[in-house]
Amino acid sequence: MKRMKITGMTALLAILFTYSLSAQVGKPFIHDPSSIVECDGKYYTFGTGGGGLISKDGWTWYGGAVRPGGGAAPDAIKIGNRYLVVYGATGGSSSHKGAILTMWNKTLDPTSPDFKYSEPIVVATSDGYEENDAIDPGIMLDPVTGRLWLSYGTYFGFIRIVELDPKTGKLKNGNKPVDVAIVCEASDLVYRDGWYYLLATHGSCCDGANSTYNVVVGRSKKVTGPYLDNVGRNMLEGGGKMVATTRGGLIGPGHFGHTIVEPGVEKMSIHYEADLAQSGRSVLGILPLLWKDGWPVAGEKFKEMTYEIESVRRGYALELAVDLTRMAGGQRGFGQPNNEPVKPVPPQELADVSKTWPTGNIAARIGDYMSRPHQQWTITDAPDSTGYLGGPYYKIVVAGTERALAATADGEVITVPAFTGAAEQLWRIDQLTDGTYRIMPKSVINAGKKLALASSGDSTPTLAEFDFSSDNSKWNLRSL
Amino acid sequence: MAFVVLLVLQSSVNKVAGQPPRPNLPPIPIKGDTTHSLSKHFSLAGSGKKAPGAKGFIQRWLVLEPVRKDIARNSIFTENYIRTTFSTDNFSNDFSTVPKNGDQVKIGNQELKWYALESKTFNFNLFHFTYALNKPPYGVLFWLVTVIDAPEEMTNVRMTAGCNSASMWWLNGQEAMMLSGDRDMIVDNVTSSRLTLKKGKNIIRGAMINGPGMANFCVRFLDEKGLPVKNISVSYE
Repeated sequence: MKRMKITGMTALLAILFTYSLSAQVGKPFIHDPSSIVECDGKYYTFGTGGGGLISKDGWTWYGGAVRPGGGAAPDAIKIGNRYLVVYGATGGSSSHKGAILTMWNKTLDPTSPDFKYSEPIVVATSDGYEENDAIDPGIMLDPVTGRLWLSYGTYFGFIRIVELDPKTGKLKNGNKPVDVAIVCEASDLVYRDGWYYLLATHGSCCDGANSTYNVVVGRSKKVTGPYLDNVGRNMLEGGGKMVATTRGGLIGPGHFGHTIVEPGVEKMSIHYEADLAQSGRSVLGILPLLWKDGWPVAGEKFKEMTYEIESVRRGYALELAVDLTRMAGGQRGFGQPNNEPVKPVPPQELADVSKTWPTGNIAARIGDYMSRPHQQWTITDAPDSTGYLGGPYYKIVVAGTERALAATADGEVITVPAFTGAAEQLWRIDQLTDGTYRIMPKSVINAGKKLALASSGDSTPTLAEFDFSSDNSKWNLRSL
Repeated sequence: MAFVVLLVLQSSVNKVAGQPPRPNLPPIPIKGDTTHSLSKHFSLAGSGKKAPGAKGFIQRWLVLEPVRKDIARNSIFTENYIRTTFSTDNFSNDFSTVPKNGDQVKIGNQELKWYALESKTFNFNLFHFTYALNKPPYGVLFWLVTVIDAPEEMTNVRMTAGCNSASMWWLNGQEAMMLSGDRDMIVDNVTSSRLTLKKGKNIIRGAMINGPGMANFCVRFLDEKGLPVKNISVSYE
């Protein structure tokens, strides 16, 4: 690994709870997290040094995951009804002598009576002289062929790919590692739409806010490469297209992991070398994963601000069903001489119109966006401690008011005069793989199924089961 | 660039009842030739000229044994740092100088020898060079010289380089590129402004510095269309 010296167990760095809007919350302190795996309703990720994090909802994380073997930078995957955990025995020793091991468990819940790891099996080694350091494993079960592939390695020489047996977790008989990349580490493989993607981390880690970690990608039609970037550069030549880099106070993303939540909803897990909001510690990060022109791109952490909520179906905007109030700036006529001095027209303000609005519940509607107060929504983290994979629940109110968007028991959406924190007023917001958004109430009374904000007609919002193939289910959030 | 390492991390989880003990590294047989030999990754100096590689990379270089430097991390390689260091630790201020294979020079109190080598790969892996010479691989500064023979004047070409970690490059005594900071060896990571290769001999000098990690570089020329320049030849003199 291209890393600075680390002298303590990452988990021990986790001391104080510090709330942050820009990273996972709780005590999400980890380095080199494995891909996030769900087990019996909880989420797990393992890190360098042993152990890892557990979350009940995917937003708030605490230590408690158990992984023996020490070493560095594990990965994990569910195969059938078992979990395969793979790790490097060393932390990337100065001798570059290392080994990758795999082990199984029926459950990742350390309190379960079924929790017992199998004896670790060596699946790859580096002898200290060859151009490879056997650490930093990433594992992928090919969804097309059912074959299991391991990528591993670091800056010392090549990233390699080798095939494992998905039934045993052992090296597939006779398989030889193939060199696929240089000058990177923390690799992982993803298959999508006929392409294999090799994601890897460039830059330096372990130097806090001065770490230069970033995640890049190349793709190939064959799992064994060659992996080329967007300008045709082979990853064996250092190629790679940027996937995730430093954003704001979240410095140095690395160690990509991939989670498909459901069609159209994908997440990438990483660690940030330093979260400036959390003492500059290394923390778990979960971002939406987008696909643009056949390439994966990290979505942005959701920003709390005021938005136009635009339907992808028609391009109209979600709004209160109130009368449009005309504003100044009327038509002056066309083609007529007009020598009046040019001056700005003040925008319509909330105070100009809100007195005309009913005080009780007001229906929601979708209409032409006119930049009016009844069409502007402020979305902020709700004062609620729960969340979902990668984010908290949000409250959505008409800008400048407490009038909140709410789901109704009969599967419609309205606005209520004041936000109460009830579950039907809490909204899950996922950026989808095409960059649009899904907006879902935390729960809908009596619904018995998950519903999302949808366009029933061009002008009629409703709640419906999410369908990624339909623009009725999708929204754009345009910052104002 | 592998660096020093971590892992003092013997977690308490290993002591959980029922868990297998932390495995020690298994016996790992040595898989290849570990002798300190230049011929594993390089061809030794040959006379005459040689075309660049298939993608235009210049694989033939005169390389000076590494100047030892005390470098903790590569992030110190600011432009000011490397310009000052390469000026101070230069073997000659005459940029038309082309050393000969086996020549000795003194930089500071270090007596260093030139080697004429040809890399067997597109890149020139200086980590392998130090291993072959049984020299320390980290905290090192290298000087590099090669001679390009152009059959005709070539205008609007660009020199390109990738290196781990920082370097400077001169063409016929003029500074062509600087790669500052903690870089990885990435093909075409930096390109020069448009240059002219004169007809006949053109002397390239490079200086490369690296702390931790695998010292490594690659250099080539691209034409106006961004295609590799291959109708040149490379020699040591």
